[in-house]
Amino acid sequence: MSTTAVWTVIVVIGLGTFLLRLSGIHLLGGGSMPEGLMRALRYVPPAVITAIVVPAIVYGGPDGGFSLHNARLLAGVIAAVVAWTTRSVLATLGLGMGSLWLIEWLLH
Amino acid sequence: MTQRSDSGQAFADGVRTVAPMIPGVIPFGMTAGIAAVEVGLDPSVGIGMSLIIFAGASQLVVAQLIGDGALPMIIILTALLINLRMVMYSASLAPHLGHLPMRWKAPLAYILTDQAYAISITRFTYGRSHGAKHWFYLGAALPLWILWQISTALGVWLGTAVPPAWQVGFALPLVFLVLLVPVIRDRPSVIAALTGGGVALAAHGAPYHLGLSIGAFAGVASGVAAELMLQRRERTA
Repeated sequence: MSTTAVWTVIVVIGLGTFLLRLSGIHLLGGGSMPEGLMRALRYVPPAVITAIVVPAIVYGGPDGGFSLHNARLLAGVIAAVVAWTTRSVLATLGLGMGSLWLIEWLLH
Repeated sequence: MTQRSDSGQAFADGVRTVAPMIPGVIPFGMTAGIAAVEVGLDPSVGIGMSLIIFAGASQLVVAQLIGDGALPMIIILTALLINLRMVMYSASLAPHLGHLPMRWKAPLAYILTDQAYAISITRFTYGRSHGAKHWFYLGAALPLWILWQISTALGVWLGTAVPPAWQVGFALPLVFLVLLVPVIRDRPSVIAALTGGGVALAAHGAPYHLGLSIGAFAGVASGVAAELMLQRRERTA
């Protein structure tokens, strides 16, 4: 992508994100949002996050897919357990990256 | 004079409340910076993304999609879909901040994040309420903005020095796993998460890198459906 295109994409996303952030505070004033819309919005975070995470773990690495050579599968499961029990970004990054490197080292 | 010291107190209170979140923000920000330069973007783009977009999850995905050569329109739609949750945050903050003039609302909206929202809404809903809510919010949100800029810049600077064999890109799903934990609260949200992940995985080969969006839509729809079904079952039981 050209430099101009990259900056255009970033500015459009920035502007759009700002409007999303301003939407409720500005349009509602002191009121509240329609119940149906709020209900749907509640499920955006869990749905979006797993839609990012799962393919990134399965297909993100150099040996993507469901195979024994894909170190990210096991490292991803370990990281998920760490995330669930500690809720700590630091611990999950440390143990997740650590186990990825260890498994890669054992495989090659 | 008393009003000014009240504002200062509320601001300091916000800063104190956000302090424990700092250790999590720094590696997240550095990851966003590293991700940008890792896909070959200019360091200025990595820093520009943090200033202009200022939303970690979408910045990471944007870097990845640019690296994959996705179409600009798809990148924009995917990023805005990821940031759609801000509408929910913004709406739920409206009763507390909506009365302010635009010169307050616009900057407060710009610095809205998952963490600033979580801290503020908890305080506004359950905490003792002393006048200056917007000062408390500013105290919670502004340090996060400053830290984010510093840590992404650090990541951009580091990113060029990190060898590909380290697979730093794996940090992306790792950070997101931590963000996932607090949003899985009940059965419908479990169903939304499982469907989102499962469908996105199945749609991985979908044209135009639409897999993420398809998974996300399917996840939201299944969460809503599950909630409605559970409600109906409770009503008939």
